Amino acid sequence: MLEIRGLSAAIDDKPILQGIDLTVPQGEVHAIMGPNGSGKSTLAYVLSGRDDYAVTGGTATFNGHDLLAMEPEERAAAGVFLAFQYPVELPGVGNASFLRTALNAQRRSRGESELDAVQFLKLARAETKRLAMPDDMLRRNVNVGFSGGEKKRNEVLQMAILRPKLAILDETDSGLDIDALKIVAHGVNELRGPEFSALVITHYQRLLDHIVPDRVHVLAGGRIIRSGGPELAHELEAKGYAEMVAEAA
Amino acid sequence: MTAPVQTGIGGFLSRFERLRERLPGDPRQRLAAADAFRRAGLPGAAAGRREEAWKYTSLRPVADAEFQQSVTPLTSGSAVLERLPRIDAPRIVLVDGVFDPALSTLPASVTFTRFADQPAFGTLARPNSEPLVALNTMLAEDGVSLAVSEGVDAGLLLLVSLATNGAAFHPRHAIQLAQGARLTLLELSVGDGAYLHNPVIEVHVAEHAALTHVRLQNESSDAFHLSTLYAEVAECGTYDSFALNVGARIVRTEVHARLDGEKGTTHLNGAQLLGGSQHADFTTVVQHVAPSCTSRQTVKNVLDGRAQGVFQGRIEVAREAQKTDGYQMNQALLLSPDAEIDTKPELEIFADDVKCSHGATVGELDADQLFYLRSRGIPDAEARSILVRAFLAEALDAVAHEQVRAVLEQAVEGWWERQAA
Repeated sequence: MLEIRGLSAAIDDKPILQGIDLTVPQGEVHAIMGPNGSGKSTLAYVLSGRDDYAVTGGTATFNGHDLLAMEPEERAAAGVFLAFQYPVELPGVGNASFLRTALNAQRRSRGESELDAVQFLKLARAETKRLAMPDDMLRRNVNVGFSGGEKKRNEVLQMAILRPKLAILDETDSGLDIDALKIVAHGVNELRGPEFSALVITHYQRLLDHIVPDRVHVLAGGRIIRSGGPELAHELEAKGYAEMVAEAA
Repeated sequence: MTAPVQTGIGGFLSRFERLRERLPGDPRQRLAAADAFRRAGLPGAAAGRREEAWKYTSLRPVADAEFQQSVTPLTSGSAVLERLPRIDAPRIVLVDGVFDPALSTLPASVTFTRFADQPAFGTLARPNSEPLVALNTMLAEDGVSLAVSEGVDAGLLLLVSLATNGAAFHPRHAIQLAQGARLTLLELSVGDGAYLHNPVIEVHVAEHAALTHVRLQNESSDAFHLSTLYAEVAECGTYDSFALNVGARIVRTEVHARLDGEKGTTHLNGAQLLGGSQHADFTTVVQHVAPSCTSRQTVKNVLDGRAQGVFQGRIEVAREAQKTDGYQMNQALLLSPDAEIDTKPELEIFADDVKCSHGATVGELDADQLFYLRSRGIPDAEARSILVRAFLAEALDAVAHEQVRAVLEQAVEGWWERQAA
């Protein structure tokens, strides 16, 4: 379970998050929607440990771990996964070896045995196939020369292989056509179950037609201004952010 | 028994006085070189003198070092060879600059002669303008001359230099490829303790011939490795070199490549991995004399500790050398706030229809890339090493020969392990 209490964060002394309260129970998928600049991506980065944000107050715990006290790699090993809005290119680093290194690093830190190259490739090929991705995606350098849609699918592939307990999807739908969106949504839905929680960050309701959330939260001005069921996403789509923000004020 | 100690310019000159009756080759060239060396001294050794070609590198520590008149290797050469990467190819081994027949397995398709038997100083080296070449010309006792006949593909050959603590040696090498000949030469330099390895190499590549020259400098951390190479490339010929510097205390890799015939090609690529207080200077001069020639240089530096890397690259394009295609790139990754890189590119172009470019990048590891790796569970130190290796992997891609590239990769791994220790 992810529990966030009064979380505030700033970048270069400029406050972005101003007291977030949010609970994502185990097995649930929650959506965070909000206008540009509301702090959606900041929340994702702060939870995954990017150090250019200063946490100025509050707490965030995941299954009892004090997330904010952990290094990014420790959070990953504890089961937190961030699907990046802008996946990073790694020239000179092969995708397969990157994925295997990551998986084995996590397994090692959990005291599990590492996978050898053969075991890993078997797993990775099965997952690429399931996500309708070409095999050569594993052979290429990480995200180098990938189209926008391929990069997002590669994030979902990493998620499928690393099997996180909490996935934070930061605008994974941006720049995707409808076919790619369905593949990505399918990839997330396949992981859903009692052991898997997700925080789906999005600007648009469209993605939530395919990944139907248990709860929807509206983030504006660094605070959650409304929470509700999946129908809140539709209300938001109809009204627009400006009206909802004005109502909440 | 150790012989008396010699230091400084005077030490090298007195060694010459003692040896001159016994040194092979034309005594007039030896004397002229001694005069040139006496006048020039070692760059940076005398206060107040700063030559442009040695702007960032001082050989004062070489002048201050104590070298022995004669040394006896402590470890047997065969034991040292055991530690070297296993590679299936003939090898020529020199111990302290002197050919060792017992450790060598001579190649069948390369004509080999010793400098000690057939001394020739060649036509390209310039003792009057390069002080280290003067020092070499004055004191060279041995070296190898390799010749590949017309149309012969001689495959892979190793040239290994083993060195002993206290030694100062100045081997003189020559490599000649006749028309259409091919050779891949892997040069390995290793040793124990503090010593000076000051080779001069002269390369002649005839029409349509191709020399691939891969150099792994993995000398002892107290050693000085100062090499000067001259290459001349004829029509449609190729001199393709890659130098990996991972060892030694002070390094100079100086290369003069002259593209003399149309459609000649030279690649002067390299990588320098430095830590501690290592200093490595990569200096190149490419002369485009004939039209339609291509030159490519990519030198990558990874600098840790207080290490200093230097890249000086000069491209000269003569008036006749139209359609020249020249490219030069120097990249540095600084892993420590105290590491330093100095870059000095120079283009001197007298032709009007040419394509010449140069660039340099200096940086730390990319914070976004580092976070991306760590967010996937890869610990910080491992993530950093992945990014450095990736940076170097791109450099080593220039080496096409798989066995040879594997040797370089192994040296990179070794360097990385030493840094982590």
